[in-house]
Amino acid sequence: MGKVKGKSGPLARRPDNSAFKQQRLPAWSPMLTATTVLPFFYLMALICMLLGVWLLLTVQSTQEIKLDYTEAGTCDMCFEKRKNVSNAAQICTCTVVFPIKKALKGDVFFYYGLQNFHQNLRRYMDSRDDAQMVGRKTNLKNPSSYCEPFMKDPNGLPIAPCGAVANSIFNDTFTLTYHGSSGPSIPVPLLRKGITWYTDKNVKYRNPKNDNMTLAQVFEGTARPLYWQKPVYELDLLDPTNNGFINDDLIIWMREAAFPNFKKLYGVLYRAKQPFTKGLPAGNYTINISYNFPVQYFRGRKEVVLTTLTWFGGQNHFLPIAYLVTSCLILLIAIILTVVWWKFGKNGKRLEE
Amino acid sequence: MTFITHMDLIIILYFSHFLHSFKPLQTNAIKTSKYNPFTFLPLNLFEQFQRIANAYFLFLLVLQVIPQISSLSWFTTVVPLVLVLTVTAAKDATDDIVSKCVLCTISPLKNFTTWILDVLVHKTNKKSTQRNPYSYINYTHACLNSSFHSEYNLKPAVSPLSRTLTYAGQKYPLDNEKILLRGCTLRNTEWCFGLVLFAGPETKLMQNSGKTTFKRTSIDRLMNVLVLCIFGFLAFMCTILAIGNCFWEMNEGSQFMVFLPRQDGNNAAFSAFLTFWSYVIILNTVVPISLYVSVEIIRLGNSFYIDWDRKMYFSRYNTPAEARTTTLNEELGQIKYIFSDKTGTLTQNVMTFNKCSINGKSYGEIQKFYLQLRNYTVDFSFNPLADPRFMFHDHALVEAVKLEDPEVHAFFRLLALCHTVMAEEKKEGELFYQAQSPDEGALVTAARNFGFVFRSRTPDSVSIVEMGEERSYELLAILDFNNVRKRMSIIVRSPEGKLCLYCKGADTIIYERLHQSCSKLMDVTTEHLNEFAGEGLRTLALAYKNLDEEYFNQWKQRHHEASTELDNQESKLDELYEEIEKDLLLLGATAIEDKLQDGVPQTIEQLSKANIKIWVLTGDKQETAENIGYSCNLLREEMNDVFIVSGNSPEDVRQELRSAYALEGSMELEFLRTACMCKAVICCRVTPLQKAQVVELVKKYKQAVTLAIGDGANDVSMIKAAHIGVGISGQEGMQAVLSSDYSFAQFRFLQRLLLVHGRWSYLRMCKFLRYFFYKNFTFTFVHFWYGFFCGFSAQTVYDEWFITLYNLVYTALPVLGMSLFDQDVNDVWSFQYPQLYIPGQLNLYFSKKAFFKCALHSCYSSMVLFFIPYAAMHNTVRDDGKDVADYQSFALLTQTCLLFAVTIQLGLEMSYWTAVNTFFVLGSLAMYFAVTFTMYSNGMFLILPSAFPFIGTARNSLNQPNMWLTILLTSILCVLPVVTYRFLFIQLCPTINDKVRMDLLYQFTLHQHLPPPPLRTRIRRTSSRRSGYAFSHAQGYGDLVTSGRFLRRPALSGSSGFANIGRTTTGFSPMGRSAGYSPTGRPQNAKVPDVEVTSLQMYRTVRDPAF
Repeated sequence: MGKVKGKSGPLARRPDNSAFKQQRLPAWSPMLTATTVLPFFYLMALICMLLGVWLLLTVQSTQEIKLDYTEAGTCDMCFEKRKNVSNAAQICTCTVVFPIKKALKGDVFFYYGLQNFHQNLRRYMDSRDDAQMVGRKTNLKNPSSYCEPFMKDPNGLPIAPCGAVANSIFNDTFTLTYHGSSGPSIPVPLLRKGITWYTDKNVKYRNPKNDNMTLAQVFEGTARPLYWQKPVYELDLLDPTNNGFINDDLIIWMREAAFPNFKKLYGVLYRAKQPFTKGLPAGNYTINISYNFPVQYFRGRKEVVLTTLTWFGGQNHFLPIAYLVTSCLILLIAIILTVVWWKFGKNGKRLEE
Repeated sequence: MTFITHMDLIIILYFSHFLHSFKPLQTNAIKTSKYNPFTFLPLNLFEQFQRIANAYFLFLLVLQVIPQISSLSWFTTVVPLVLVLTVTAAKDATDDIVSKCVLCTISPLKNFTTWILDVLVHKTNKKSTQRNPYSYINYTHACLNSSFHSEYNLKPAVSPLSRTLTYAGQKYPLDNEKILLRGCTLRNTEWCFGLVLFAGPETKLMQNSGKTTFKRTSIDRLMNVLVLCIFGFLAFMCTILAIGNCFWEMNEGSQFMVFLPRQDGNNAAFSAFLTFWSYVIILNTVVPISLYVSVEIIRLGNSFYIDWDRKMYFSRYNTPAEARTTTLNEELGQIKYIFSDKTGTLTQNVMTFNKCSINGKSYGEIQKFYLQLRNYTVDFSFNPLADPRFMFHDHALVEAVKLEDPEVHAFFRLLALCHTVMAEEKKEGELFYQAQSPDEGALVTAARNFGFVFRSRTPDSVSIVEMGEERSYELLAILDFNNVRKRMSIIVRSPEGKLCLYCKGADTIIYERLHQSCSKLMDVTTEHLNEFAGEGLRTLALAYKNLDEEYFNQWKQRHHEASTELDNQESKLDELYEEIEKDLLLLGATAIEDKLQDGVPQTIEQLSKANIKIWVLTGDKQETAENIGYSCNLLREEMNDVFIVSGNSPEDVRQELRSAYALEGSMELEFLRTACMCKAVICCRVTPLQKAQVVELVKKYKQAVTLAIGDGANDVSMIKAAHIGVGISGQEGMQAVLSSDYSFAQFRFLQRLLLVHGRWSYLRMCKFLRYFFYKNFTFTFVHFWYGFFCGFSAQTVYDEWFITLYNLVYTALPVLGMSLFDQDVNDVWSFQYPQLYIPGQLNLYFSKKAFFKCALHSCYSSMVLFFIPYAAMHNTVRDDGKDVADYQSFALLTQTCLLFAVTIQLGLEMSYWTAVNTFFVLGSLAMYFAVTFTMYSNGMFLILPSAFPFIGTARNSLNQPNMWLTILLTSILCVLPVVTYRFLFIQLCPTINDKVRMDLLYQFTLHQHLPPPPLRTRIRRTSSRRSGYAFSHAQGYGDLVTSGRFLRRPALSGSSGFANIGRTTTGFSPMGRSAGYSPTGRPQNAKVPDVEVTSLQMYRTVRDPAF
C-alpha cells in the first residue's frame, strides 16, 4: 500500500512531505471556552427574545374567527341525514348564523377545516395517480394500480381522477351573507380561483390534451369517482376553464394535509365593492352550507375559518411563544453556566504538570 | 541422503513425474487469491451477503416489493445497497490482487514448477577455494526438528512418506537432519541431491501462514453487540407501532373505511402485522448499512496516513512504515500491554567493544583533546589485518599496545585465544569471524584491531598474529561455558612451550577465583566495572594463570577419565574445572555495549507515561535481559525496591517459566496476577511458543488490548496471537513483517504509531461512530413520532429521495472528512502529553454507555425535530393564504431542520476544521438544496410524475419566513443541551483531553503563538553495579570446536526472505538468535548486506560419507 513508485535512489520510498499526507493541514480548532460560550448564550437569549416579541406582536395583529358547523344551527339535521349512506344523493342545505364583533381588516381568507380526517394515511396518500392528473392519456384510461379500489368503477371504466384522495373530496359548498346593521343582506363575494400554488395549477395538474374537443369528450370513457355527484369536467359550472384536473378545489384537496386536523383555503374575500373594500365589517353573517360531506364516519368535525394574515401567515401562536420560552431557557442556562464558570472554571483548569 | 545446496546458482534437473503412483501430486505453485475474473462476481456477492447487514438489506428489499407492506419505494434500499456492495467488492478485488503480488515476491522458486518426488540436483557455479578437513553444513533454518514434526503431523494422510525411505533395498532414516523446508537458505556446499517431499500449499511455510486468524478490533466486537441491540430495539419500536396500528384500526380505521376501504376484508390484526413489516422498512436506518462501508473507508484512510508518515520512515534502510492490515487502526489507540522482543527490536543486535580496564587502568573514554579533532577515532592503519569497521575512541590504548605493555598484550592475547569463534579468510587478509554470540565476535574483533589477530583454528591449535608475527598456540583444553559456571577457560601451550590458562567470565565468578595477590587490582577494577555497568555496558572479567606442566598432565589424565565416565560425568568434570580455575591472576575487564536502537529509552518512557505496560519477552538469559531492561529505562533504579519485593513470588513463577511449563498449568493465573502488579515485566528464556502463550494469557484474563512487536521469526507466533502485531522490518528476514499488521524499521516509531496515529484513529473512529449513530437515530426516530399522528400507517416523514440520499450524499462527506482529518491536539502535543492516550485504554470514547447517551440525545433531537415543526406548521398558512401545512411542505421542513441540526452537531464534534472539512460541510448543505430543488423541479416531475411528486414544494414553502424561523428554532434547541452539557463538563470535571486543550489555548493566548514543547531531559541512571556475564551463550559449543567436526564460517548468501523461518520452538535454550555480530561502528548509512545469520542451534554436523 501506498508505495511511492517511479523513483529510485536511497530515499525512493520516502513519503511525500505534503501537508495532507503528514496531517499538517492548517486548521481552525474551536473550543468551548467561557469567553465564547457565555457571550454566545446571552446573545442568543437576546435574539430569541426580540424575535419572540416581534412575532407575538405580529400574530396578535391578525384576527381569526372559527366556526364549527358540524351540528351548529340547522346543520344538525343534515348531520343526521348524512349518517345514512342511502341518503347520500339527497341534497341538504343548512344555515349557520354568526356575528363578527370586530371588523376583519385587510384581506380576509375563508377556509374550511376538518378535524380527525387522516389525509396522511400511507395507503390513502398512495392512492392517487399523478401521471393521470398531469394529463397523460395512457394513465387516464389506465390508472395506476395504486388507486385501488378506486381505479375502476363497477362497470370496469377507469375512474378519473382515480384513487381514494380524489374520491373523498370535500364537497360542502358555502355562501356567506352579510347582514349589516342597516340595509339588506349582502352576499359576501369570494374569489374561488387563484387559491392554489402556482406550480400545482400550471404544472402538476393538467387536463389531457384536448385538440379542439370539449372536456367532456376528452374524459369520455372514464367514470367519475364513486362518491362524486358530478363528473370531473363539470366541477365548476360557472367557469369552464376551472374544470377537469385543474379545478382549484380539487387541486387544493389533492394537496394532502400532514396532520389529521387541517384547514384548506375555500376562497378569498373580493374587496372591490363596498362594504368589503376594507375587509369584513362587523355585523351578523350567515353561512349557507350545502352539507354533503359526511364526517360522522370518522368522528370528525367540520369548521369554517375566517382569518386575516400577515407576512408571518395565519394566527399561530406557537412560534412566538416558543421563541420566548427558548429565550428564557437560554438566559437561565447562561446564568447557571456563568455561576459555574465563576465558581469552578474561572481560574482555568490547567493541566498540572 | 543428505541435502546440501548452495544458493549461488541452482540448476534443477527434471525427472518429472517419474513416480506418478503418488497422487494427487502437488506443484509448488501456491494459489492464495480467492477469485478469478469469472468467479469474482458470484463469489464476492455470495460472501458479501453472508454479512448480516447486507443480508438484512436484501431481506428489506424483498419486503419492499410486497405492495401491501412496501412503505418506501424500492430505490431507497437498492441505491445504498448497490453502492455498498460496489465499494466493498472493489476493496475485496484490490485486496485479492495485492495478496497475489505479495506472494509473487516471496516465492523463491517462482520460475520453476516442481512436483512431489522430483529429484533435484543443486550445484554451485564455482569450485571450492579450499578443501577443508572438516565438512559441514550450515542450516540457517533452525527448527528443522519441530517443523518437520508439525508438518508430518499435519498431513499424515497426504504424506507419501513413512519415516524411512527405502531405496534399492537399503533403508535410510528420514530424520530431521535430512529435511529442508521451503524458505531455507543452504550454504557451504558445492552440490546436493534432493527429493521433493512437500510442495506448494503443503509446505510448512504455507501450512503455517494459512493459520492466520482474522483479527477484529474491540470496537468491531462492540459494534456486533450494538447491532444486535439495535435489531432488538427496532423490533421493539415496530411492535409498539404495530400495536398502535391495531388499536387505531379498531377505533378509527374501521370508521374511516368509507374513504379508505381495506383490501379483501383484512382485519385490524392483519393490518397491524403488515404495519410491523412496513415499519421495519421505514425504520431500517437505525441499522446502519453504510456504517460498515464508512468504517472501512476511514480505516483505510488512517492506514494510508501511517504509510505516508515521513516521521516513521527510516532512511537508512529506505523503509517507510507500512500498515499491512487496514482494519485495526482504532485499536492502536487502545493498547494496554505491549509485548516486545528484545534482540533486534529494542537492541540493534550489534555489540561493540566499548571500554576496558587493563591492569587497573580504564580505557575507552573519549579524550577531550581528540574530541576537538574532526576525526577522533583511533587509526588502526598500522595493522593490515584490522577490521575497518571497528572504531575506538581512546588513543591511549593503542599507545599502550605499541609500547608493548605486557599486561595489555596479555589482555588482548586472551581475547584472541579464549573464545570459540571461527574464522574464514576468503582472501588474504580479509577475515570473517563467525561467532556464536555477538559478544564474542566483538571481543575477538577488538583484539584483532589492537594487533592480536585470530586467524584460524584446527581442533588442536589456534593461530593468531601477534603484532604482525604469526604464532600458533596448541589448544589443550576448552573448559566451556555453561549457565552455572558463567565463565569459559582455555588451556594453551604457547609456541615457547609455556602452559597457560586463560579465563573470562562474569566478574563475580572470576573474583571468587582470584589469587590474593590481586586484591588491590580487584578494588580498582571493581570501580571500573561499576562505572561500566552504570552505563549499561555488559562486563566481563578476564584472568589468566600459568600452569605447571606436571600438574597439567596429571589433571589432563583425570579429565580424560572423567569425560569417559558414564555416571556423574558432568559433576566430575565440573569439579575438575573448579580445581584448575583457581588462583587466577586478574588482567582486567571488558565492557561491551549492546547497542540499543535509537530512542528506545525515550520511547519506553513515553509509553509507560501513557499507561501502557511493557513486557519484554526474550529468549535471553535473565542477566542480559535485566541489563537491557535497565539500559532502556524499562527498569529504573527507583524501581529496584519494588522489583525485589515482588521479586520473591514471581521468582518462583519465573523458575517455573524457565522450566517451560508455567504457562500450561495452574501457575498461569498466579503468574499473571503477580506480573500485572509489576510495573515492568521481563520474561527471560521464553520460547516462541511461550511468547504466544503469555500473550494469550493476558488477552484471556485481562481483556486488554495487546500489541506484540518483534523482528524475527521467533516472534511470529506472538505477533499473530496479539491483537495487533508489529513487525520490525529490519535486516532479519521478512517472516515477522509478513505476519504482522504494521511494520516499520525502528522500535521508536512505535510511540508515533500508538500515541499519534493510534490515538487519532481511535478518536476519529469513536467520533465517527457516535455521530453516525446520532444522525441515523435522529433521522429515524422522527418517523416514530409521526406514527402517532398518521394512524400508525407507516407513512414516512421525509421525501423518499431524501431518505435515499441522506446517508449517501447529504451527510456522508462531512462525517468522513471529520473522521479523516480530526485531531484534538497535534502530534507534537500528543507526545508532550502521553496521558492523552489513557481514555482509549479505558474505552471512554465509545462504549455501550456512550452509545446509550447517543441514543438519548437522538431521542431528544428527534422530538425537537418533529414536534417543533409540527406545532409551528399546524394550521398555518402561507403569507398569501395558500397551503403550507400540507404533507409535502411538512416533509421538506422537517428534513431541512434535520439536516441543519445534524450538520451543526457535526460542527460541534469537529475540533479540527481544515479547509476540506469546511468545504465538505458547506458543500453538503449546498448539495442538499441543489438536489432538493432539482428533484422538486418541473422537469423531473414531467419526466417521471410518480417518482417526483414533490414538484414545487421547495419553491412554495422555502420562501416563507416561518419556515426559516422554525429551522432556526429547531437548530437552537438541538444545540443548546449539547453545548451546555459540554461546557459544564469542561468546567466541572474536565477530561485529560479538555485539560490539554485548555492548556494549549492558555499558552496560545499567552504567547500569541504555540510555544515549542519543552525539551525532554533524558533521564540518566545513577550508577550501580549491574554487571552480567555478557555471553548469550549456550553450553556445549566447546565440544564442537575440539571434536573436529565443527563448522566453517558459511559463505555469504543472498539470503532469501525466509532466512529463518521460525527459530526453535522446542528445546531448552531458545536464544537461537541470528547473532549478527557486527564489530561496532559501521558507517551509519551504509547498507550492511552481510550480516551473519547463525547460532548454535543452526549448526548441524553432518557425517557425510562423501567426505
